[in-house]
Amino acid sequence: MAKLEIENPIVQVNNLKFYYPGNARALHGIDIAFPEKQVTALIGPSGCGKSTLLRCFNRMNDLIDGCRVEGDVIIDGENIYNRNTDIIELRRKVGMVFQKSNPFPKSIYENVIYGLRIAGEKDRSLLDERVETSLKGAALWDEVKERLHESALGLSGGQMQRLCIARAIAVNPKVILMDEPCSALDPKSTARVEDLIGELREDFTIIIVTHNMQQAARVSDNTAFLFEGNLIEYGLTDQLFVKPRNKQTEDYITGRFG
Amino acid sequence: MKKLPTRVKYWRIGEPMVWLSGAALTTTLLTAIVLLIVIMVNGLGVFWPSDIQLLELKDGSRIAGTLTRTEPTADKSGLRRQYKIANRDLYGLDFRWIDEAQIAHEEIPANMLTLERMEYGDFYGTLKSLGHAGQQDPATFAQLESALAVVKADLDGLKELEEKLTAASYRMEKLRLKTLKLDYNKAPADNPERLEIESEKEQIKAEFADLLEVQLSRTAKVREATAVFVSGDGREKEVVLADIVRAYTPNQMSVTEKILFYAGKLVELFIGEPRESNTEGGLFPAIFGTVMLIFVMSLFSFPLGVIAAIYLREYAKEGLLVRIVRIAVNNLAGIPSIVYGIFGLGFFIYGIGHSIDTLFFPERLPTPTFGTGGLLWASLTLALLTVPVVIVSTEEALGAIPREMREGSYALGSTKFQTLVRILLPMASPGIMTGLILAMARAAGEVAPLMITGVVKLAPALPIDGNFPFLHLDRKFMHLGFHIYDIGFQSPNVEAAKPMVFVTTLLLVLIVLVMSSVAIRLRNKMKKRYTFGTF
Repeated sequence: MAKLEIENPIVQVNNLKFYYPGNARALHGIDIAFPEKQVTALIGPSGCGKSTLLRCFNRMNDLIDGCRVEGDVIIDGENIYNRNTDIIELRRKVGMVFQKSNPFPKSIYENVIYGLRIAGEKDRSLLDERVETSLKGAALWDEVKERLHESALGLSGGQMQRLCIARAIAVNPKVILMDEPCSALDPKSTARVEDLIGELREDFTIIIVTHNMQQAARVSDNTAFLFEGNLIEYGLTDQLFVKPRNKQTEDYITGRFG
Repeated sequence: MKKLPTRVKYWRIGEPMVWLSGAALTTTLLTAIVLLIVIMVNGLGVFWPSDIQLLELKDGSRIAGTLTRTEPTADKSGLRRQYKIANRDLYGLDFRWIDEAQIAHEEIPANMLTLERMEYGDFYGTLKSLGHAGQQDPATFAQLESALAVVKADLDGLKELEEKLTAASYRMEKLRLKTLKLDYNKAPADNPERLEIESEKEQIKAEFADLLEVQLSRTAKVREATAVFVSGDGREKEVVLADIVRAYTPNQMSVTEKILFYAGKLVELFIGEPRESNTEGGLFPAIFGTVMLIFVMSLFSFPLGVIAAIYLREYAKEGLLVRIVRIAVNNLAGIPSIVYGIFGLGFFIYGIGHSIDTLFFPERLPTPTFGTGGLLWASLTLALLTVPVVIVSTEEALGAIPREMREGSYALGSTKFQTLVRILLPMASPGIMTGLILAMARAAGEVAPLMITGVVKLAPALPIDGNFPFLHLDRKFMHLGFHIYDIGFQSPNVEAAKPMVFVTTLLLVLIVLVMSSVAIRLRNKMKKRYTFGTF
């Protein structure tokens, strides 16, 4: 298996196995490391385990009754599957953007500061400032600055997704997980979100799951190809797409299956 | 393309299903509308002052009355009319059927008047004279009206006295209970508190006697004023003016006057007290009791149902047990309401109520304080009856929230509780409101469980008054639903009570409608705020 040597990875995964309820194994021992402040894409056919792997990084899989995890995920020097991990703290450190945009039925303002509010932040000026920086960071500020206190449900699909990104970066995470963030968007909105990912790279480590190989090629620095719960190939995006070392990878990226 | 036979096409388009479902909806709507129309036609006309007709029959007798309905005679040879002839004290009955063939002559004399009396229902007749017991002088209707106004002022003055008497007897009752407590604690006869109570009792007794004497003499004086009326068939009847609630001449009234009269009667209906074993007068205590009952019921059933549903949906681990609980909750809604009533009687009243009595009011036993039917127990029983509705709708509302919402909230580092309070409950609120609306509507229409948990035909006092602690949930109360049953089926004079049955029904429907509309408005507001308008 092709491996990418990474110094000081921010996320380090060692022999990760994941079982869905009923002992159905979805990940068969994944070893992978993610470099800091780069964009890494996870690609692979449906059901290959890329979303499952992504959801292991903020322990979103804990919400599934009866699932089981083996192996280590070390984020920022700590194994998040330790018994005494503070999940709340972890999820503040590892933000997530979902496939379907999911703004809360609140105002735009309240949506952005939701993470801060539940953490107990009350300082009005800090909240105001954070709303502005986060919305600017998500390239949404100019479109919504006049109607911050209107319902977020009145935004367009692309705006909603950027709002979700603003919401994620408002709590200042180290890592942002993106689970097919553009799959429900039209091409124009997709382009804007992709541009945004490029800008966010400066400040955050981004791990993005995508179905769309062109997108992976456009936005990511590194790409990992998963197939049937195994990591098949992991390398620099430029190399992986141009000269894949593995036959299966080549078949997939050339469209022979998947 | 091959042309399909019409028959096949007819089925493919699915037209029969459209007709079938349309017919089902129409049937439901029509039944409901017919029901409402029947209630409204019968209920709305009750207070309209109809003309009094004077009939001369072929056998020479004369009858005065208002026409209530006309129908074919038994042998279908002609029509017969039902008249309300009133004057129950003279004739013994309020209604009479007369064949049209018997009527020789009919007219609407202007001087006919209607008296609404405290007893024996209405009186139809003409005024003959006015005066004191022995001495009568011929009088006009205007004179009668001014005499009635004088009497009414006197009676209002007496009402103040009566209030003082009630207050005195309330204080007396408090002292009696205090004495009972002292007796129970075996306080000696020379206990200072006891002596104090005794002296206070004497004082109140003296006060009471004085008040009573004044009241009696003043009442006797007021009751001296009488008037003599002549019924349609020429019989004379002396009526004490104080017993007349209202006197009017419907045959002389213009339409505007009739409308004003009607409005006045409606006001009386809403704020007045019932008279004549509830068949006349107002319904205020029953309206108040109904609204209060539903309010207290919601206070219990709403939080209980919502919290139970939260546990079932959000915290309980999905499994066999939860599924069984869910089925059980659904089935609870199907238990006959009388069973809930019996449970309320056994558990709340005899169980909890009696325990409260033994713990806190042992000196009053065997007279129960909480160990008897009352507003609190009736509300709790109804809350139990309606809680499944709230649980089911809350559960469904919580379940309908997309998974992404929860995940989005968790992903930002919120706890389960924060997610519940900040995201899930607001989003579920329209659904929860729907449950509450259904629960309230069901509670408003329930009568059977109330009959054994505290509803009464005539409550001596409202559950809220000026005496500490102001809210008396242990008191018995009146209820519109029970009122319908009571006057419709338990009244000594069912035919006379019938109009009131319709009025009461109309009022109950109206109350449910008003409460539901308020709740629905609230729900729509929430819906607008918490759900996606467009996709």
